Amino acid sequence: MNLLSRASLKRLVVLLIGAVVAAVMTGAPGGYGVPAYTGIHGSLLERVSYFGLFTTQRWTIFLTLAILAWLFVSMYLPRALFIRRRMEAVTSLPTRVMQRRTNRWILIAVVIVITIFLPKFVHQQFWMYLIVEQIGVWILLALGLNVVVGFAGLLDLGFAAFYAIGAYTTAWFTGVLPTPAPFNHPIPTLWCIPIGVGLAMVFGILLGIPTLRLRGDYLAIVTLGFALIIDDFVGTQSGVTGGGEGSLTVPKFVLNMGFWHYHWEINPTPYYYLCFIFVVIFLVAFTALEYSRVGRAWVAIREDEVAAESIGINPLKYKVMAFAVGAASGGFGGVLTAGLIGNINPTLFQYQVSVNVLILVIFGGMGSIWGVAIGAIVVQTATSYLDNYQPWGYQLNDLYMYIGALLIIMMIFRPAGILPSRRRKREFQGYEVAHEGHLDEVLSGDEE
Amino acid sequence: MGFAHFWFSGFDQIRTGFWAYLAVGLENGSLYAMIAVGYTLVYGVLGLINFAHGEVFMCGGFAAVFLTHGILGAKVANGWESVGLVLAGILIAGAVSALVATGVERVAYRPLRRRHAPKLAFLISAIGASYFLQTLAGKEFGYGQTTFPAEVFPPGQSLFSIGSTSIHTIQLLCLVCGIVMFLSADRIVRKTRLGRGIRAVAQDAETSALMGVNIDRTITLTFIIGGALAGAAGFLYAIQNGMVQNSGTALGIYAFTAAVLGGIGNLRGAALGGLLIGLFGAFSVPFAFEGNLSWVEIYTFLILVLVLIIRPTGILGEKSGRTA
Repeated sequence: MNLLSRASLKRLVVLLIGAVVAAVMTGAPGGYGVPAYTGIHGSLLERVSYFGLFTTQRWTIFLTLAILAWLFVSMYLPRALFIRRRMEAVTSLPTRVMQRRTNRWILIAVVIVITIFLPKFVHQQFWMYLIVEQIGVWILLALGLNVVVGFAGLLDLGFAAFYAIGAYTTAWFTGVLPTPAPFNHPIPTLWCIPIGVGLAMVFGILLGIPTLRLRGDYLAIVTLGFALIIDDFVGTQSGVTGGGEGSLTVPKFVLNMGFWHYHWEINPTPYYYLCFIFVVIFLVAFTALEYSRVGRAWVAIREDEVAAESIGINPLKYKVMAFAVGAASGGFGGVLTAGLIGNINPTLFQYQVSVNVLILVIFGGMGSIWGVAIGAIVVQTATSYLDNYQPWGYQLNDLYMYIGALLIIMMIFRPAGILPSRRRKREFQGYEVAHEGHLDEVLSGDEE
Repeated sequence: MGFAHFWFSGFDQIRTGFWAYLAVGLENGSLYAMIAVGYTLVYGVLGLINFAHGEVFMCGGFAAVFLTHGILGAKVANGWESVGLVLAGILIAGAVSALVATGVERVAYRPLRRRHAPKLAFLISAIGASYFLQTLAGKEFGYGQTTFPAEVFPPGQSLFSIGSTSIHTIQLLCLVCGIVMFLSADRIVRKTRLGRGIRAVAQDAETSALMGVNIDRTITLTFIIGGALAGAAGFLYAIQNGMVQNSGTALGIYAFTAAVLGGIGNLRGAALGGLLIGLFGAFSVPFAFEGNLSWVEIYTFLILVLVLIIRPTGILGEKSGRTA
């Protein structure tokens, strides 16, 4: 193996740059206490003692590791193909196992049993709240966005707007906003679900009919603009929406069926089961939707709009439908959040929320209902863990750096998500099979 | 105070302060136009929204801060110092941003291009790059807005005045710089060999490759031109406001709106759209309820949506690219 060949040297440069970036990423933040513009300091030049043996700057360690990695890769490149085969066997394992019908049913049964008994094993209230607020609700949001992005192939960057509409509708109808409630007498929170969902759907349709005629990129920017407008509106109109403080007193859920009465109190476990029921309903409903006439029409439009139109599918109608379903689930998530947390404010509905939900969908696998649900669980658990425990020198604000890096790496190596839908996978795979040596190609940035 | 009265007082303010609003509008407009050129060029050759372009602009701002603070410290520049700093700043900030833009292309786009990834994959890795750069800059240089004491122009110094409105040096500088940079970018794209390459790749990448255009080089150069303009805009924006922030999303969205408004993929459309958005933003300030500037944002997006509904390809019409 020629260490000094062009490809090999390129690989070295890439690894060295990557090592410096990694050193900066994982180090201490710069500009603590002193204004940052006085110069670069902190992570890059920070001196660290290693096991009391020697003290050096962190980047030297990273550069050494990079050179070692380069030597290793260069020496073992002939065997790299073998390693890659192995890697592929491991990474495709979930998909292969899931292909068998019996395995799938066993898995579903196991998952249901685990989820039913989960509150018995989680003793910390903190994690219980986290499971409900950060995971339960977000699965619903991700499943809703999956209909728009995964099934119909429309890029919606304004999902947070519908989430906000649902939440603020709840606050409005329960009479806790500065605006007087539309009815003289506030209605229970649970009854806000149809109202919030309906209103979000109306907004979705009103926004969708003019904009869905536009091409994908325009749709992205218009939805983004819509989210910003809604965010601005709820943040600044303190006379209408309570401004930056929002509302702190959204009433809890109460179920009153005459003979049976239930009040959701501060304990998170009942909320857990409430969320669980809704997640199951969503999973079943969206699976049915996927294989229905409507779902097949969405796929047809996503794959080739002109061809779909030529066989009698009205693209606008079905796109608006997908958009409305997505908006409705966003609104549903909003109502649920308002009832669960009890206080709402504009920070819950920022632009980043839309992108975060999109990340869950992409990570899990666009268009794959189970993938999206699992993706939401994995990503939300990991981010909550990082933010609350901060292991290995992780700092509170670092989250989006790692998420950004993860997104780029994922789009390079596994663009269809961790558990892709079969159809999507084939779609994404078409180009991957044709380009065998991709790992090395990325490392070296080689021309073809 | 009635609703009608509010609108009338708004028009009244515009009548009395017309020149001031015009100056601010042109100043912001030329900044938007400079950033919009990057969006529109990349859209032309790759057919995708470069979501990380706002962060390319941001890097120009940080370059400006390090440069002006490194040279000036905490004092106000005088005479030739200002001139030298402006020239050096535009060059260095442009170079830094061009470097970052190329880096983004190399890491987030090229590997996907090699694999003929679907369009959604590009958008997502662009969002990833944008998040990464924002947070890295925040981590190293501080989150949110950072003010810095160096002043390239004496504060409150006016160059000349129209009526009772005094025009500041920085306002004229933004406009002149915008015009010069836009004209040179336009000339490069229309008249040079490289520009012919860019236009050829935008029309049909494979055929242009067969005709001997080096696609990778052309795309890199496109990112360099767009990045340089965004970097210069970042420098001007930083010294205009005396602050930088670890995110370019706010201005990036305005600039992208401008590119869409003028017709994306169309260089002259980007310049026109930028100026229009800037002017519109400035003249809608008196109509913001309770002086709340979020209303400007709301009005701007409403105008965008209206224009897109009436004319879906933007004012000057788009020059659609394709995925290379």
